[in-house]
Amino acid sequence: MYTSEFTYHKASSVSDALAQLASNPDAKLLAGGHSLIPTMKLRLASPSALIDVSSLPELRGIRTEGDTIIIGAMTTHRELEFSKVPLLSEVARLIGDPMVRNKGTIGGALAHADPSADYPAAILALNAKIKIQSSSGARVVTADEFFQGMFTTALAPGEMLVEIHVPASVKGAAYEKFAHPASRYAVAGVAVVVHSDGSLRAAVTGAGDHAMRLTKLESEGVSSACKGLVSASDLMGDHFASAEYRAHLVDVMASKALARAK
Amino acid sequence: MAQVVAVTMTVNGVKSTHHPEPRTLLVHYLREKLGLTGTHVGCDTSQCGSCTVHVDGMAIKSCTMFAVQAEGANVTTIEGMGEIGHLHALQTGFWEEHGLQCGFCTPGMIMSSADLLSHNPNPSESEIRHALEGNFCRCTGYHNIVKAVQNAAHSMAQSAMAQAADD
Repeated sequence: MYTSEFTYHKASSVSDALAQLASNPDAKLLAGGHSLIPTMKLRLASPSALIDVSSLPELRGIRTEGDTIIIGAMTTHRELEFSKVPLLSEVARLIGDPMVRNKGTIGGALAHADPSADYPAAILALNAKIKIQSSSGARVVTADEFFQGMFTTALAPGEMLVEIHVPASVKGAAYEKFAHPASRYAVAGVAVVVHSDGSLRAAVTGAGDHAMRLTKLESEGVSSACKGLVSASDLMGDHFASAEYRAHLVDVMASKALARAK
Repeated sequence: MAQVVAVTMTVNGVKSTHHPEPRTLLVHYLREKLGLTGTHVGCDTSQCGSCTVHVDGMAIKSCTMFAVQAEGANVTTIEGMGEIGHLHALQTGFWEEHGLQCGFCTPGMIMSSADLLSHNPNPSESEIRHALEGNFCRCTGYHNIVKAVQNAAHSMAQSAMAQAADD
């Protein structure tokens, strides 16, 4: 399958990419391409220009500053899989398959915000921060502010996700997903993190129209029985799994993740 | 007139330049510009893995990458793995263990397995199955494919030991 025609620009720097983006509102940033290219092949998206940011050195790599790990947006799932980043290394190993992980990037995945993607639950549970840049400056948003709906994030036109900030250490963390048997996307995936101050954060992906916090589990704490954590009326149902079944899966996945995290 | 871009890449050790449209997928570039038809188009939706090649040493799905993204890269396809009389250990393994029936998925299976063995030379059965999650085979039931990869891992370890003894 061929995509629609587009012009291709390989960005030489983040500021070059942002300038290109500002000059053509129809342009899209190309990261690993593993969500964008399939979407373009199906002609669900037909941007007139692609700005390739995948190999910009300033967007790649994982570094530690004090008690924070800073992950460049173009860090691949494979790099995270083989890293020591709490929770994200475990989550990255479950994404797609090895070839997908060799190309796909965390920044691309978060900006795409697929409701069944794995990272969003982990990002919410880790209480990560997302650094966003545009030609007029940079801002940092919390994970809670970032995910707003199905394929919808806090990113405004002309903005680019450049970094993800996560805590360098946590007391415990785990991610459990019930994967769709063919696509491996999460039918329900639950991340639980016990932070170094003892606080508990938990979130689910795949079950609703976007990843969300599991507030009932958080308020019940590590002794939670993980029963009735979410209401089916807040979830999605489709031909793979009904909303009621997904609600049941959330309890089961949460129970497994909590047992490993605490 | 659609934009064309000059793309230079080294494929199986041979450097060449062509002028594809930006939307030309790497798999079509390899098959149609370079005539390397061992890389197959299966699902064309980045699921089946029959288009797997190596770009700078890592297995990727060439149906989900534009040729222009491989500018300057070193690409290896199944044609670069071995040749008649000098097969790669994985090619011999698939032969010995009957790891294929129709053979359509085999180039992709071998390229993914080579990526696995490059960072895990002695994988367990479950590690092999996990590493081949992105490669579909509709004939074999995967059992002999796993044995083929184990066969290759074993013979590669033996030749490495023989090499070390020679040195």
